[in-house]
Formats: sequence, C-alpha cells, structure tokens
Amino acid sequence: MDRRDFLKTSGGLAFCLVVDPSFSQDVKSKTINAWVRIAPDGAVTIYSAGAEMGQGSMTSLPLIVAEEMDADWSKVKIEFAPADAEVYGYTFMNNPKMMSIVGSRAVQLYYTQLRIAGAQVRKVLIANAAQKWSVDPASLKTEPGFVVNPATGQRLAYGEIAAFGTVPSPLPGVDVKELKDPKTFRLIGKQVARHDLPAKVNGTAQYAIDVSLPGMVYASTLHSPVHDATTKVWDSMQPNAPMAAPESWNDAAIKRMKGVIGVVKLPNGVAVVADSFDHARAARNALKVTWTQAKAAGFDSERALEDYARIHADPGAKSDTIEAKGDVKEAFSSAAKTYRAEFRSDYGYHAQMEPLNAVVRISDSGDRAEVWEGSQAPDVSRKAVASALGLKDEQVQFNQCYMGGGFGRRSLGDYAAEAALIAKAVRRPVKLIWTREEDIAQGMFRPQSFQCVEAATDAGGRVTGWKHCVVGDGEFLLQTGIRIGYYGVPNQFIERRGVSHGVKLKHWRAVGHVFNVYAIESMVDRMAADQGMDPIAFRFEKMAATPKARKVFETLAEMCDYKAARPEGRALGISITERSGSLGAGAVEVSLDRASGKIRVHKVWVAVDGGVIVQPEQAKHNVESAIIYGLSSVLHERVTLKEGRVEQSNFHNYPLMRMSDVPEELHVRFVDVDTRPTGLGEIGNPFIAPAIANALFKLTGKRLDHMPFTPERVQAVLKA
Amino acid sequence: MAAFTVNGKPVSVQAEAGTPLLWVLRDELKLTGTKYGCGASLCGACTVHLDGRAVRACVTPLSAVEGKRVTTIEGLSPTSSHPLQKAWIDQAVPQCGYCQSGQIMKAAELLAANKSPSRDDIVRHMDGNLCRCGTYNRIITAIQQAAKEA
Repeated sequence: MDRRDFLKTSGGLAFCLVVDPSFSQDVKSKTINAWVRIAPDGAVTIYSAGAEMGQGSMTSLPLIVAEEMDADWSKVKIEFAPADAEVYGYTFMNNPKMMSIVGSRAVQLYYTQLRIAGAQVRKVLIANAAQKWSVDPASLKTEPGFVVNPATGQRLAYGEIAAFGTVPSPLPGVDVKELKDPKTFRLIGKQVARHDLPAKVNGTAQYAIDVSLPGMVYASTLHSPVHDATTKVWDSMQPNAPMAAPESWNDAAIKRMKGVIGVVKLPNGVAVVADSFDHARAARNALKVTWTQAKAAGFDSERALEDYARIHADPGAKSDTIEAKGDVKEAFSSAAKTYRAEFRSDYGYHAQMEPLNAVVRISDSGDRAEVWEGSQAPDVSRKAVASALGLKDEQVQFNQCYMGGGFGRRSLGDYAAEAALIAKAVRRPVKLIWTREEDIAQGMFRPQSFQCVEAATDAGGRVTGWKHCVVGDGEFLLQTGIRIGYYGVPNQFIERRGVSHGVKLKHWRAVGHVFNVYAIESMVDRMAADQGMDPIAFRFEKMAATPKARKVFETLAEMCDYKAARPEGRALGISITERSGSLGAGAVEVSLDRASGKIRVHKVWVAVDGGVIVQPEQAKHNVESAIIYGLSSVLHERVTLKEGRVEQSNFHNYPLMRMSDVPEELHVRFVDVDTRPTGLGEIGNPFIAPAIANALFKLTGKRLDHMPFTPERVQAVLKA
Repeated sequence: MAAFTVNGKPVSVQAEAGTPLLWVLRDELKLTGTKYGCGASLCGACTVHLDGRAVRACVTPLSAVEGKRVTTIEGLSPTSSHPLQKAWIDQAVPQCGYCQSGQIMKAAELLAANKSPSRDDIVRHMDGNLCRCGTYNRIITAIQQAAKEA
C-alpha cells in the first residue's frame, strides 16, 4: 500500500510522506516517515538527500534528523535517498521540489524540513510508549535512543518500540515551536565523524566509475571539439540540447580495432563500445569524425575578451540591469573624485578528479532502466535518462554514488542520458567514461569576463556612487556575486552585457563571484590606497559596511593580528565576499619571486558568518577546500580556445595547485553560530583573487587586472 | 597475458602486454580502489606499489608487471589499519576521496623509507599527487602522525 499524506506545519510548508511499499516486506522494521526506518535491534536508517561530493552533506543532513528525533548516533545507518523529488526534495523559492545540491546550499535548504521530520519521528515514538505505559505523552522525554518516563524511571529503546509500535496515518503534525532549543543540541554543532571516511581510505567507497554489472561493456565518446551551445545558456545545459552532430567517420577502421563491439552514433557525438575500457579508449582516440558546423567555429577566446571591452564602450549595446538604486548620474556628476578600473578573467574548468561517467542497464523488455551515477541532482539525472529512453521517471531507478568531485559540473544528467542511449543501442549494460581529454574539451566552463567598475566619492571621501558592468557569455552565470549588499553605497547601477559564443558554460564553485568579487574588492582597495586609508577602516568609514560585514572583518583582524608587521618581502591583502547567505572576510599573506613572477601565498585567514554550523570540523574542511580551489584558479588555471577548440587537454597544460604551492597555514573561524545555517562550500573561494591582488599592490605598487595571475602576467605587469 | 601477484595472491590475466595495469586491476581483477584520473601519469590517482615502489598504474604496461608483486590500496592492510589509514581518518583527510588511494599508496612508499619525514620531505615526495579538494595540509599532518605511530 502506498499512502501519501500531506502534513501541514505552522509555517505553511507542506511535505509529503510516503510509506514505501518495498519497506513493508521487512516486517520487523518500522518506517516512521520517508526519512527514517527503525529496526527492532535499534538500528536507525536515515535517508540522506545530501549528494556526497566531498563536502560532507551525506552526513550533515541525517545528523539534523537524528538531532530532533534524539537518535543514538552510533546506531544510525545512512543511505542515499531515492531520486524522488516529490518526497525527498526541498522547496526553493517558488520552484517545484528538487534535490539539486548546488550553490553549497544542502544544509541551508533542508535544515528546517529535516528538523521537522526528526521531531515527527520522536512524536510517534513517544506516542507509542505513552500508550504502552498508559500515561500522558506530554509527561515523557527522550534520551538518545530511548523514550523515558521521568516519573517512574521506565525506559523503552527505540528498537523495542519499533517491534510493537504503530505508525499513525496521517502522521502527527509538528509546529516549528516544538523543535529543540538549540542550546540542548547533542549532535548539531558538535564534533561528529563523517560517515564516508572509512570507505575512502581503503578503496571500498563506490563511485559510479567503480560499478560493475554482469555482461557490462565499456564505452567512451567523442563529441565535436568545437562547441555548439545555444544562445540561451540554460537551454544549452539540457541533455537534449541540439549540438554539432557527426556526419561521417572512419567506421570500418574503428570496428576492426581490438575489442570493439560497436560504434554508436549519438545526436551530438560518436561512442565506441568495447569489451574493456582500454579498448574503448584506444578506439575513441582513433576516431576521425567530420562534424556539422558548430556555433563556436573560429572562436578565439583572447580576441573575444577584447571585443567585450568594445561592447562595454558601446552606448548602444544591449544591457540587462541587475541593480539600479538612487541617482547614479547625480552621484558621479557631483562627485569630488571618481575612479574607474577594468578587469578581465579567463574561462575556468571544474577539473573534478573523477572524469565524467555513468553506468546504465536497461531491462530486456526496454521498459525499465537503472542508472548509477554520482550526481549533484539525482532527480534531474533520472529525468534525463527517462527522457532519453522515452520512459516515465518511475521506470528509471537512479542509484546514487559518491562523486569524485562535483563543483557544479555534475547536476545535469547529460552523460547519464548519453550512457542510456548507448546501452539502448547495444542492448547491453554500459559503463560510459569520458576520457580526461574529453572531459576538458567539452567543459563546461566558468565563463570568461570583462568588467568595468566605476566609483564616485564625495568631499568626505565617502563612496556615494557605484557602477559595475560585466560583459561576457553566460547570462545568469555572469552576475552571481556582483551585488554589494554588505556595503551601504546609496547610488548604484549594476548591469550585464551579454554575448554568445557557442561555448558550453556551467556553474562552477561560486561561478561569477570569482571574477565579480575580484573586480569589486580590487576597486575598493584602489580607493582606500588613494585616500591613504587602511583598507578595513575605509570599508567601515567610507563604504558604510553593514554590522555583519564589520563583525567578520573585526574577527579577521583579530585572527591574523592585522596590525602586526609582516616578515620582510611579504604583505597582507584583504577582501570580503558573500555567497549563499554567508559572509566571509579573508586575508592572505603573500610574497613574490620578482625574477619569475611567481606569487606565493604563505598564510590564509577567513572569518565566516555562516549561521548555525551543523558539523564544525567538516565545515572548516569545506572552507579550506574552497580556499585551495580559489588559489589554484587564481594562480594557475586558464582555459583558452583557438579556432573554436579548447587548447588545454590534460593536467600538464591545465595545471592544478600541487602540495608544494599550498600555503603553510590555513585558518578558518566561524563568527555567528546562532541564526539559520547558510552555505559554506563556496564562501572560501571568491575573496582569494582580490586579496592576492591587493597584497601584491602593497608589495610592488602594481595592480593585477587579469585573472589568473600567472607568472608571465605578473612579470608583464612588473615591467609595465 | 601476464602472471604476477596482487596483494599477495598470484593472478594470471588475459589482457595484452601493452594494456596499462590500471585497467587490468580495475576491469579484470575488479580492484577499483585504484582510480583513473588523467591516464597520462599527471595526477597520481592510480598510484600502486610494484615490488614495493610507487608507480603510476595508468602508464605501467602489463608487460612490466610479469612475475612481480603489485600492491593496491585494497592490499595495504587486510584490516584497513595501516598507520596511514588510521591517521587519514583521524585527521579527516578525505573529502571527495577520489585521489586518496593514490595519496595513501604514495605516502606508504615514503614511510617505508623514511621513518620521520620532515614537511619538506613529504612535500617533495607527494608533489606529483593532485587533490582537487585541496586536502594537502591535512595529508601532511596525517603522514607526520602516521610516522610517529608507525
């Protein structure tokens, strides 16, 4: 029996509860609601909707449920939730329910929903114990794993209740006022080990690339090396987006190659299927394909950046207003002084360590499919596979796997849908792996950008006017992080000017923040330097930094002993960023090898206002990870395209930060731990570029205006 | 075709002599703890031991393995209790975890030769192994901890 009950809470939020029929075969276990199952031996299974790409969400989400239900954490087992957004999705703005774990928002979006689910389980357990003891439920309490009667000292373990208890229909409602006082939390905010650690030190953690099925064959794909993305960026991200198609290829030669089982023509590529991945890869590398004309044909990314500058200079260029407040014209015309600076940034690649891959098996009758993938959005991936096969979502079972990194790339289901098409064509279970070279060639990328920031100050040096224009491809991707809500500048005009190159673009750990915050915070530093002011004091006194911004800066100053002299040849640079509701102020201590132009970052400090921190240690690791990701991007990484083709092909020409370049010290501190949780996975990234540029200015008196700051670029700036 | 030992057990495999050891381990022997990252000896995710020395399985042809001893992450310790594995959990090193088999195998080679490596020793030895989650500093701490406890 499949019962669906809708439960209203005081917040007006409705969530759907399902007793899954598959669980009822296990007569001894009690499924209390969609999230929790309790066995008579006391084992508590909690379903985690937290796709695990290293950020720890698969642990932190169940921890929230366990907290409110007072589970004994040592008895909690975690399983990935089914890819059913109706049941396991969150509500974000006015969208239908979804499960996408993006923007580092897993805890932020699920927090209240999961607390309510946990509290509901606790209520059911208490009601059962009260009935057995013939007492008022209100007289009972819980301790981890037990319902207790303080009056009699009687105790019932959750497992014992599961053995005799009943689950009412509908389930009891929970008012948010009934949730725990955070002061009484036993798990949230405490040190709890990540669930996935043990499997990740002995090779047993299962990534999709590790899945093996009877009769499985291996596939690898070649897509058009010239991208063919549609003008509408969101459309171009869809798995069925029209792309350059293969016209002809050396089919006979490929089919003669060792181990090759078949060659599959895809709408946007050619897949080779073989008896081993090594054979599939060799055949894929030998493919010679003629492609239909692609939109990015002839595209030159460096030339395009110069076109952006012309678009900015063109008063007739189409512009989308992102923010307009006050009277900017007046602020600039009456200004005591105005400032203007231009910035550029290159394309960035996710470079997740596990190349994109998926495994698909289709039933003989063709009406059922199973997919194994590490996905940031299992619901989206399931739909993509269903759509590719002409099935309904319910006919596809999605099996979530660990992700060897996500960073925004793994939320579309595109390569899972591709694996499904190949499996359908060869009528065998298929493991599809994109080679690293294919993974880089196809992107998708963080867009490149040109930016112009202008500011006006009054006679007192206060910033009264602000203009920021970002130019590039990528629509909404271009504008994240461009607003400056942490400053109180009264007159603002922020705009986006778009072009379209056909290059595939995607969210990327904080995407637009990376270059927008770079431009914003570099400009702020220029004004502070021009006024001869300390950069933090300037932000407080001349930019009306908000109380939250002041707090993170004050904490940062304390952490890095801000006023202390730095060792000879080193300088400190600071900046601030917001991301997914969090606010972070950061500092870097930098030195420069003038001969080579190589920048070295020795120490990094970040003070983060992230609200309630569910797993403090893990949160810290997450911020540290973003710092390194940011540093790697700012110091090393650039994707360039010539003649429409990506010039980089592997880690020799797309270098990532290595151990020898890592700062000796990383310091992370959380400021506010009382309010609602906000995103933490990306807050450590965007502040890096401006902090480094600002530190370099202190060292050399020169400004870096093109990201990344490769040694060649730094040398050129020093010589200029 | 080749015969060699993997994690102490003799094996005989069918793949051609030029097949990279990585795919023999993963696809034929189902030892999937060793990972594919770049296929070109650039990232270290596929690091295993060949007669005790760390090698990149993605560029090690099967012919080079004949008659030799291969150790993978699965064989480092039968109970996952190698000092490095314990230290890795203690320091909560892994994030996505994908590169960590290779990191641990590379670190195990260092500890076998150097009982108390300095930070510089560690950085020099480990510099070829990429970690996109940026867990490098925790790797250093974990190696130092394991060295003390070994």
